[in-house]
Parts: sequence; C-alpha cells; structure tokens
Amino acid sequence: MTRRGRTLWIVGVTVALVVAGVVSWYASSSPDGLEWAAERAGFAHTAEDSAAAGSPLADYLWNGEENRLSAGAAGIVGVLVTLGLAGGVTWLVRRRGVPGQG
Amino acid sequence: MCNKVDVVHVPDGFLDVPTSVATGALAAGTVALALRKARTELDDLTAPLAGLTAAFVFAGQMINFPVAAGTSGHLIGAVLTAVLVGPWTAVLCMTAVLLVQAVLFADGGLTALGTNVTLMALLAVVVGYGVFRGLAAVLPRTRTGVLTAAGVAAFLSVPAAALTFVGLFALGGAVDLPLGTVASAMTGVHLLIGLGEAAITVTIIGAVLAVRPDLVHGARGLGSAAVLEDRRPATVEVPR
Repeated sequence: MTRRGRTLWIVGVTVALVVAGVVSWYASSSPDGLEWAAERAGFAHTAEDSAAAGSPLADYLWNGEENRLSAGAAGIVGVLVTLGLAGGVTWLVRRRGVPGQG
Repeated sequence: MCNKVDVVHVPDGFLDVPTSVATGALAAGTVALALRKARTELDDLTAPLAGLTAAFVFAGQMINFPVAAGTSGHLIGAVLTAVLVGPWTAVLCMTAVLLVQAVLFADGGLTALGTNVTLMALLAVVVGYGVFRGLAAVLPRTRTGVLTAAGVAAFLSVPAAALTFVGLFALGGAVDLPLGTVASAMTGVHLLIGLGEAAITVTIIGAVLAVRPDLVHGARGLGSAAVLEDRRPATVEVPR
C-alpha cells in the first residue's frame, strides 16, 4: 500500500472504531423500520430468539451489561472481527502482483 | 432508557422453512460466484479498502437514526460498498458484516441469514449498483454526477430491499396477512430510511473522492481533473 493509501486506511479504521465504540451509544433506541412495520402489520410476535442469543456479545453488549463500556467494547470487537473477516477474504481472492497490471 | 444498539435484521421465525432454505441456497450460490468474480475488482491496493469498507458498514449499521415518530432506521451500506469497491466485492463485504452480526451479536436470525444476505448483500447491491451505473451513464462525468447517481441509488436500494422482504413474506410468511397490509407498513418507513441511506452514502463517497478519487471503483473512467474540478468534462483516461 502506498503511504497515502495507508493514511486513508488508518483514518477509516479509526473512524469506524469511534463510531462503533462511542457514537453507537447515542443511537436511537426507537424500534427499527422492520420491527415497527412488523408490529403494525401484526407479525412481530412470530420472531424467534436466534440460536446465537446466548452469545457473550448478543444485543451488542459485552455479557449483556447495559452500560457504555460494555456497548463500546462490543462495537469495537465487531469492527475488528468484520475487518479481519472481510479484509482476509478479499485479500485471499485478490489478483496477485502490481496493482493495475493484473 | 438504555441506548443499547438494536439494529434488527430479519429474525428467525418471520419466514417459513422452505422460504428460508430457498434464500439460503440463493445466498450461498451468490457468495460462491462473488468469490470468483471479485478477483477482477481486487488487488493489493483495493483489498485492504474492501476490509475497511466492511468494517465501516458494520459500525455504520450500529447507528440507528430517528425517522418518523417513534421509528428508527440504519444504514444498509450496499450502494456505498459497491460504488467504493465494486459490486462483487460488495457482495462479499456485506455478507461478512451480516455473518458477524448474526453469529456474534445475535442480530438477524441464523436461519434467516440467507434471507438477510439475499436482501442486503444481493438485492440491494444489484438494484443499487444497477441504478448507479444507469444514472452515471447519463449524468455528467463529474464528481457531482457520481455523487448524485450514488445518492439516488442508495435511496432506492432501501425500499427495494423492503419490498423484496414483503414479497418473501407473501410467499412464506409465518402468518397469513393481506399483502397490502405488510407492504404499506414496510414502504413508508423505508422510504424515509432511504433518505438517511442516501445522505450517509453521499457523505462518505464524497469524502473518499476528495482525497483518493482513484480508489473509488464507481468513479473509474473519470479523469482525475474532472473529479477534482467539477464542470470540466473528462476527456483523457490516464493509464496507470
């Protein structure tokens, strides 16, 4: 990666970490559009708990603790895992060699 | 009231098993194809950007913004990702986000993962990127043209995904409801959410265009002069 590319990448990851780790606490807690529509149309009750509901990060909280630190930690873990997964997969399938000559 | 994040993708239970199996098969096939096709979009320079974009979409989806009274919406990010890193790569990035959310955060059901991938990693990308390319072809080849096309595409991608869910619910919803009831409940709120989607998409693509226009997949073919200085038509494509 070029130096400017690296700068963009570092700035981008930092912004994502701040958004997920800090800003997310201030997100609206009103029902989401789908949830709201499901209530209104009358099928919200058909939702079932996910098999992953017991995950230590379920509901974007660390061990279910409803505080800023827990929510921030969950968000940061999510950003890093997503970065690793998507970055890893795309790195593996990329064209090898010098950019622009593939 | 705690402000815990409540993103809410399609949970388990909304759709019956055959429908979930069908969307799961469609999603798996799409991802398999994308793993082959994304190669043309990814190199040493763009692959790290793809990972970053996915991480950014994960973070962005945590931010529920208020729409009409008592409702909220969040970014999907399909058009944002497709315009930044290319549509096949967007399928992979969006799927990675949805997989992490479903498995680690219990957001979106596990049996509904195929449905969520179909709606947000496939449908929203296909419709959104299709609209983007269609508009970009007729709009001026400038920074404003690219951003306008991306904004309209992002806006439309949200009701398109919502209406596709309505279609799936009509085929295999857990309860029998009149199609119109589900459609009318879903459409209005998702049109509003689409406005937020467009605003976020345009802001972020605009920021990347300002610093690294060469890295924006959907802006390829714009001469760099045309990107930086609006109004000037792109005449020369500089080979790298």
